[in-house]
Amino acid sequence: MANLASEFVGIKSPNPFWLASAPPTDKEYNVRRAYEAGWGGVVWKTLGEDGPPVVNVNGPRYGAIWGADRRLLGLNNIELITDRPLEVNLREIKAVKRDWPDRALVVSLMVPCEEQAWKAILPLVEETGADGVELNFGCPHGMAERGMGSAVGQVPEYIEMVTRWCKQNTRMPVIVKLTPNITNILRPAEAAKKGGADAVSLINTINSITSVDLDAFSPEPMIDGKGTHGGYCGPAVKPIALNMVAEIARSAATRGLPISGIGGITTWRDAAEFLALGAGNVQVCTAAMTYGFKVVQEMISGLSDWMDAKGHPSVASVVGRAVPNVTDWQFLNLNYVAKARIDPDACIKCGRCFAACEDTSHQAIAMLPGRVFEVMDDECVACNLCVDVCPVEGCITMEPLAKGAVDPRTGRKVGDYANWTTHPNNPSVRAAE
Amino acid sequence: MPNNPLTPGVVPGRLGAAVILDNFADMAPPLDAHEARVAADRCYFCFDAPCMTACPTSIDIPLFIRQIATGTPEAAARTILGQNILGGMCARVCPTETLCEEVCVRETAEGKPVEIGRLQRFATDAMMAKGGHPFTRAAATGKRVAVVGAGPAGLSAAHRLAMLGHDVVMFDARAKAGGLNEFGIAAYKATEGFAQAEVEWLLRIGGIKVETGKRLGRELSLEALRAEYDAVFLGLGLAGVNALRAEGEEQAHVRDAVDFIAELRQARDLATLAVGRDVVVIGGGMTAVDAAVQSKLLGAEHVTIVYRRAPEKMAASEYEQEHAASKGVRIITGAAPVRVLGNGAVEAVEFAYTSEGPEGLVVTSETFRLKADQVFKAIGQNLDGVPGGVALTGRKIAVTGPGRTSVPGVWAGGDCAEGGNDLTVTAVANGRDAALDIHASLMGVAG
Repeated sequence: MANLASEFVGIKSPNPFWLASAPPTDKEYNVRRAYEAGWGGVVWKTLGEDGPPVVNVNGPRYGAIWGADRRLLGLNNIELITDRPLEVNLREIKAVKRDWPDRALVVSLMVPCEEQAWKAILPLVEETGADGVELNFGCPHGMAERGMGSAVGQVPEYIEMVTRWCKQNTRMPVIVKLTPNITNILRPAEAAKKGGADAVSLINTINSITSVDLDAFSPEPMIDGKGTHGGYCGPAVKPIALNMVAEIARSAATRGLPISGIGGITTWRDAAEFLALGAGNVQVCTAAMTYGFKVVQEMISGLSDWMDAKGHPSVASVVGRAVPNVTDWQFLNLNYVAKARIDPDACIKCGRCFAACEDTSHQAIAMLPGRVFEVMDDECVACNLCVDVCPVEGCITMEPLAKGAVDPRTGRKVGDYANWTTHPNNPSVRAAE
Repeated sequence: MPNNPLTPGVVPGRLGAAVILDNFADMAPPLDAHEARVAADRCYFCFDAPCMTACPTSIDIPLFIRQIATGTPEAAARTILGQNILGGMCARVCPTETLCEEVCVRETAEGKPVEIGRLQRFATDAMMAKGGHPFTRAAATGKRVAVVGAGPAGLSAAHRLAMLGHDVVMFDARAKAGGLNEFGIAAYKATEGFAQAEVEWLLRIGGIKVETGKRLGRELSLEALRAEYDAVFLGLGLAGVNALRAEGEEQAHVRDAVDFIAELRQARDLATLAVGRDVVVIGGGMTAVDAAVQSKLLGAEHVTIVYRRAPEKMAASEYEQEHAASKGVRIITGAAPVRVLGNGAVEAVEFAYTSEGPEGLVVTSETFRLKADQVFKAIGQNLDGVPGGVALTGRKIAVTGPGRTSVPGVWAGGDCAEGGNDLTVTAVANGRDAALDIHASLMGVAG
């Protein structure tokens, strides 16, 4: 069993798996059970300022999209921050933290964009013994209409300002949770860093409408005939989150800023990928909402087995390992040539590779008698679509041509590394001549 | 004292009414909406799908399964029925394990094919439950076509001809339309009067007049039909039954399995149907299995199928053989009947072991006897009642292309014609294709 101990901005947890701020972390009952199941930490569902709590809709709060066998791939929600009184939440946080000192407990906060509001709530949280705060600048629905959540997260100046207020008013680590509903994730991340944030966490949910009721002609989830956009999460958003995490991890301005990775993490492998792209730990929500708290046990055993198998001594030793390999398109090796290879023994002869290649790509797969599918190297550009549509993992692979070999498609020999910046077709290369 | 499985002789009511009802319940109950969704999700939507190629009617299986998966079972039904108007019955009786499902890539991948037959039933049942008939007739052509035989081939031909605007009169020797669907299929494969319901649904296309109780060579003559109609389609089936050619065959309670099955299918109350205590079925096809299994389900104590060749030569699929075994039917292979013993009524059958070599099947001198108070002969049917002048090839009506016989204006399809293989689905394909050819011929368009 690998050592999964995690330390994130000074907050220790027995493993890097935290539950994200969301319905699973709304109350003491849930959080205790989450810890019992093995979660390393939780970010308590967002608290608002003292006073009458927010209210939620009393109709459906979630919409979803599904894959085969109704596997939940994407979930959206129109739930708001906690709708329970502040003092109840604070009392429960204190009680849980007292009983589970080895687990991380971070409190998510969202109060109006005024210094006084933050000054008021921070000492109350600090008094619970919580390990840190996470500033919810992400929620794209409901609270944003009231000038909070993503309404703050979409304005870098506000992020910087509020982060600074928080840093000035608490000794707790401050994690700034970023919204993906922006054009460039670096701007808010840079703002958080300038404001003194100890870390950023991302992504929060993505603005979305999951489906339309075709009888009522209303977005789903539908509340009395109407719907509104909600926050999208789950496996479907993972690629978007990975990219944003990687951008922050590799950008000169934000490099080194700790990142708590969030977005569609469903298995240990997803988590390892976030770590590799620079996340110091990960937060999970939809997987727990889909399968219950027990999923963390697979994440723990899987990450541990992988680390043991690969000889990674600690979580920290994995973090950021893939970052140096994230580059710009212009630096990709244009002299790298691969060809698809179909393993006839593994092939089940469904012909999906053929349909995809023939109808929509490069007409590089031949269908021979007996439903034998064969790649035509003189047409194959190694686009990978056949690999992606093949139902059998590992049946189709991309095999690189050795240096010096002739690519039958171009008739050219495979040469040394060369990229777009020096390619003769690049207008800027010619301009420089 | 009511009868039970041990009661000697051929008697009814060996089992309680409730048990018999349960025994003859739907063999493969319909999928519910959830099950259908899960089953449909397994389809890979293969290119030039092997299942579609394996289907004698070339149903676009990946498309109809995708239509089920996307919540439009009636669109799926149109995809099926457009190719195979008896898609509902075929979903129940097709040996899918040797057709579409055998070649399913998920059979290759996991040894567990997509449940194509049950999904087809889900779609066609959905359509029929709504009472819809998705096809309409083209403008009337003024042409009249006689269809002889209202079995799968005839029904298929008649429907397609009606769709194309022709007026059809469909004749059948029996009192009801449906052919083997009505009289030959095991009861548990087509429960709740499905065969008749399907015929009634099919006839809703309009333009098809059914005349039952009319047999070629009795009430009908091919000459007269040719004179009266613009074209004739023969879907006669195989009305003759092969003889056992064993001594003592005439003993009482030795009968043709097809008659027993037909009687069973037409029985209002299965508890009134007599069956032996020791039943011997001779043959190796679906008819043998259907007769044997149903005898067992009626309460026979011992039911034995005896087939003269090796198990892999049996026309009944492995799946059918396993089904029979699971119901308690014993299957003996490599033995041929020598004589039927009895004193007026059958008491036993004597068999000789066979051996197969280069010289063919040889009956050896080693024999054994099976106790029997009822014997069903299921050694195949043959062509009977073909009008003179229609050329044969072997024991079937010779056809070229889509069912053209040697007689101008006369087409044939299904079991009676060359290429027929005792499958409902093949008969449907034959009928459909002959209808298209008849249409082309009558309308003077290129076939």
